[in-house]
Amino acid sequence: MSRAADLSPQPSAPAPALRRVLAHGRYETRNTLRNGEQLLVSIVLPLLVLIGIHRLGLLAGSGGIDAVAPGVLALAVMASAFTGQGIATGFERQYGVLAYLATTPLGPTGLILGKAVAVLSVIVVQVLVLGSTAWALGWSPSPAGLLWLGIGLVTGACAFTALGLLLAGTVRAEATLAITNLAWVLMGAAGGAVFPLHHEGPAGVLLLLPSAALGEAARTASAEGSAPLVEILILAGWAVAAVLAARRWFRWR
Amino acid sequence: MPSSTPCLTLTQVRYAVGSARSAAGVTEILAGVDLTARRGEVTAVIGPNGAGKTTTLGCAQGLLRPSAGTVRLLGADPYRADARLRARVGVMLQDGGLPQAVTPAVLLGHVARLHADPWPLPDLVERLDMSRFLTTGIRRLSGGQRQRVALAAALIGRPEVVFLDEPSAGLDPESRQMVFELIEHLRSAGIGIVLTTHLLQEAQQLADSVFILKDGTVVRHGTISELTAESQTRPARLVFAASRRLSEAELAAAPLAVELDGELNRPGARWAVTGLTSPQDLGRLAAWWEQIGMMPAEMTFESRTLEDVFWEVSAR
Repeated sequence: MSRAADLSPQPSAPAPALRRVLAHGRYETRNTLRNGEQLLVSIVLPLLVLIGIHRLGLLAGSGGIDAVAPGVLALAVMASAFTGQGIATGFERQYGVLAYLATTPLGPTGLILGKAVAVLSVIVVQVLVLGSTAWALGWSPSPAGLLWLGIGLVTGACAFTALGLLLAGTVRAEATLAITNLAWVLMGAAGGAVFPLHHEGPAGVLLLLPSAALGEAARTASAEGSAPLVEILILAGWAVAAVLAARRWFRWR
Repeated sequence: MPSSTPCLTLTQVRYAVGSARSAAGVTEILAGVDLTARRGEVTAVIGPNGAGKTTTLGCAQGLLRPSAGTVRLLGADPYRADARLRARVGVMLQDGGLPQAVTPAVLLGHVARLHADPWPLPDLVERLDMSRFLTTGIRRLSGGQRQRVALAAALIGRPEVVFLDEPSAGLDPESRQMVFELIEHLRSAGIGIVLTTHLLQEAQQLADSVFILKDGTVVRHGTISELTAESQTRPARLVFAASRRLSEAELAAAPLAVELDGELNRPGARWAVTGLTSPQDLGRLAAWWEQIGMMPAEMTFESRTLEDVFWEVSAR
């Protein structure tokens, strides 16, 4: 009581910028990891896909677990960056949370950076859980490619977070929920994330999909240990396009 | 009221939505709002639904960019506010702006960490009586409990200016009293408070100055006493209690408009006389009482309330 009686001992000041961003990253990570639906989409479903495809031998001809594991990591990144962040942000926008947080010292920039920290933190958890499970199932990624795998996943996370936020900031929360879930299933099953696409003919255009680029980047790095430069450039292109579109159309309320 | 430094000024602020190219065209929500708020004062923005109250606050808070005019909040443009400015301003949005999945303790703890020297949470919890639901998910709280959490979220950074959009909406009388006491405490601590309300009694009770908005412009502003002061447009109202029932013929003979003040025409009923502008009018009224042989049992001049001013402005 004693301090509140004197409300202005000194002018109110913000916490340092880095502390604000990290605080928001920690806050959002905690919320994600405590949210049942988010955990289901981010960890449990990719885990089931990993074990299911491995057990059924669906990719036995193209490398078995060594082909399954990187694709499932791509699927998991799409789940947390695109579906999870899109839905969470969509409802935050609907409930006015984005507007409120934009008025705090966090501000719009801190909010976006904080979300990026949260997405990366959740991806670290996903990589640990899914990676160690895949390793136990016999996955042996090329040690030289692990760095490129990481770079590919992070670039993919940037692209898919930007796409998820673009949706969340432009259409209603319920529509974001429907679109991101449907798109995740389609991109995972038929978009080249988990199952590699054929490269020849008109179908080659599909390789420009962010899901295909992320899946190919992860497989190339993991299996061949080489730099998936083309795929990383495609993902970066999607990220830039989505950020530019979000700058134009994103609405905070 | 000694006039202190303005903490917020809006000068000819306009806000329009839509595009000239679209079929719906441009809709102007604010058509040149002028508004000043000062530290240590409660400034109330009132007006009918759709008058532009929330949009005015949105421009003042920096959430909306005015299409014309200037906004100065603590000396800066709020739309380009940096973290230092935002730390000095607290905002409570009309719909709360609260995340649904977390508890008040988690939310308030998080927002406190965004500030260097926040309001101690236990004190805020006590002042708003939030201890019982501090660890309950916000989605499960009642409307009044959410209002208190949203108010706490606006205050946790010890702001110098606070925006409260409908702060007492959905509150029971006890909670409303609690919120009023807190607002009074903020005012006495020298904080500038800008609030909107649709409860005119609330504005009358709390506000040092009032801005009445209608169709996107300020149609009347001033202190409560300035606004309710007698004017040519609305002369004094006198209410008297009749000792007996008044007949149609007696009422027809009255020199001024005499109307029942909401009760039955029976002994002791109260009658309102409007249109009094001079002592001569009082003389004519007394002459009428003499003519019908009735001595009023009681007689009072009623000062105008903010509500009268509001209706007068809205009716135009």
